[in-house]
Amino acid sequence: MTVTERRPGHDAAVAPGPVAARLRAGTLLAACAGLAGAALLAVLVGPVRLPPGAVLLELVGRLPLVHTHSGLTRQEAAILWQLRLPRVVLGGLVGAMLALAGAAYQGVFRNPLADPYLLGAAAGAGLGATLAIAYGPDTSSWPVDLLPMAAFAGAVIAVAAAYALGRSGGAGSTTTLILSGVAVAAFLTAIQTYVQQRDSETLREVYGWILGRLTTAGWREVVLVVPYALLSTVAILLHRRLLDVLAVGDDEASSLGVRAARVRLVVVAAATLATAAAVAVSGLIGFVGIIVPHTIRLVAGSSHRLLGPLSLVAGAAFLILADLVARTVMAPAELPIGVVTAFFGAPFFALVLRNSRHAP
Amino acid sequence: MTAIELRGVSVALDGRPVLRELTLRIPGGSRLGLIGPNGSGKTTLLRAIAGLVPHDGEIRVGDAAGGSLSRRELARRIALVPQSPAVPAGISVTDYVLLGRTPYIPYLGTESRRDLEIVASVLDHLDLAGFAARGLDSLSGGERQRAVLARALAQQAPVLLLDEPTTGLDVGHQQQVLELVDALRDDLGLTVVSAMHDLTLAGQFADHLVLLDGGRVAADGPARAVLTEQVISQHYHASVRVLEDPGGGIVVVPVRVPTERQVVM
Repeated sequence: MTVTERRPGHDAAVAPGPVAARLRAGTLLAACAGLAGAALLAVLVGPVRLPPGAVLLELVGRLPLVHTHSGLTRQEAAILWQLRLPRVVLGGLVGAMLALAGAAYQGVFRNPLADPYLLGAAAGAGLGATLAIAYGPDTSSWPVDLLPMAAFAGAVIAVAAAYALGRSGGAGSTTTLILSGVAVAAFLTAIQTYVQQRDSETLREVYGWILGRLTTAGWREVVLVVPYALLSTVAILLHRRLLDVLAVGDDEASSLGVRAARVRLVVVAAATLATAAAVAVSGLIGFVGIIVPHTIRLVAGSSHRLLGPLSLVAGAAFLILADLVARTVMAPAELPIGVVTAFFGAPFFALVLRNSRHAP
Repeated sequence: MTAIELRGVSVALDGRPVLRELTLRIPGGSRLGLIGPNGSGKTTLLRAIAGLVPHDGEIRVGDAAGGSLSRRELARRIALVPQSPAVPAGISVTDYVLLGRTPYIPYLGTESRRDLEIVASVLDHLDLAGFAARGLDSLSGGERQRAVLARALAQQAPVLLLDEPTTGLDVGHQQQVLELVDALRDDLGLTVVSAMHDLTLAGQFADHLVLLDGGRVAADGPARAVLTEQVISQHYHASVRVLEDPGGGIVVVPVRVPTERQVVM
């Protein structure tokens, strides 16, 4: 097999060699700069406005071997470190996880409408959270809140059930899997509604959780999410090239030497972990997992090599900004963040869709 | 040397037998044309050789038993061009052809310089260099079929399986694609197995024809021996004339037999 050996002499004719779709450092840098800007803005704005220069000095001062005097009052420093920063970090993590999971699900199922709540993840998390709120013990003195753990467990169990059901159905095609997710979700939602109606005094709390919120965000939640976020991000990004191979379908991927079912299992597991972690601390925040990856597809291209890293960064920035809006427009009251993501996300997406040359 | 050997190969899909006890030897460097009516098992045979459907019996690929090879090893030995390849949205021709390098790229790794060089040379070879940056979905049918072929060549497998490589192409592009495959076979010493519907083209572009019917080999041999009016009428239930082409070879043309109804009209 000597295809390469016919190359000499042709180089001049093929002026620029073929360029594969790759993430350019500049694009990633620009996205990260956008994220940093969004995060800084979100840290500064609130009922108490913090001075930007002092905040930057204060943040830099936390680096090892750097000592600065920021000039923030003790109260301002507490607002920065105990209220704003954990909330911004958590919002960023949740947005990043939802967007990355969305991109991964869409790739693995070859379905542009797949989202992180597919396969019953949301319904399972909702049931877990509702059970914890309705019947769980008071955990305010525990080191870790029960609610996120219950939501997490619910999401993982639901997806495992959907996966088992989908595979037992025979061919294990993606449609079978999605349909079994729909069945599992319907069943769990029915139970959840039943529990919720029985315990009407907790109704408000359950609704508050389901609509999504970052209100109670603290470093405790951040610590809860980080390990899962790290694990699933690494797993999904490592599979980004293989996700591109899956785009030609299971059959052709197999004939190219890839075990499609195995790749799908690993990526689905990682994306579910990411979703469950996000849902556990923030409730159900819709739209991010669909809007962010598709916007990136339309703007930058659909190779998972771009899509994965850019979804991560853009998802974080989008959710940080959405949360900023959620807590400022009706201050001192807060809008559920899911309302904001949909209200701004939908028109923005419509705009991108209209102006794009290559539709998805 | 034998490139592919099948011994007593049977395949059942959903409990329905599709291939029955098939025995076939495909010599290295040969051009085998697989013909037969719809549903005769042509596609399933190609898929079985490529290791995409479970089978009974033995399939040997070169000197190894097909079952003993890993998916990757098999993909380095056999490249399959499916009948209707998926066209992923927004993928460039370069990235699409690069998919053919998958069996050589480490599981979680990325392609090497050499992989890109091979892609460049394949694009060059198939006159696709000008399309390298274009989207696959923006190509015409003939160009796209060349891109699919390029992906298969990037696999650098000695055996090329083609499932109806001329589907949806006009007669000119059908000839171009088949001539291209033939030239590549000469250049690279490939073994080519193509499933074909057009019997005339099958006769022109294969040294050896295998006629499948009901999952069994119904006829086997050079074009002149297999493509007879009697054989075609028996297995395709078609009325055809097999004509002598003055330039050499034979031509199969369908004819319309007048029926009662036409006489009345």
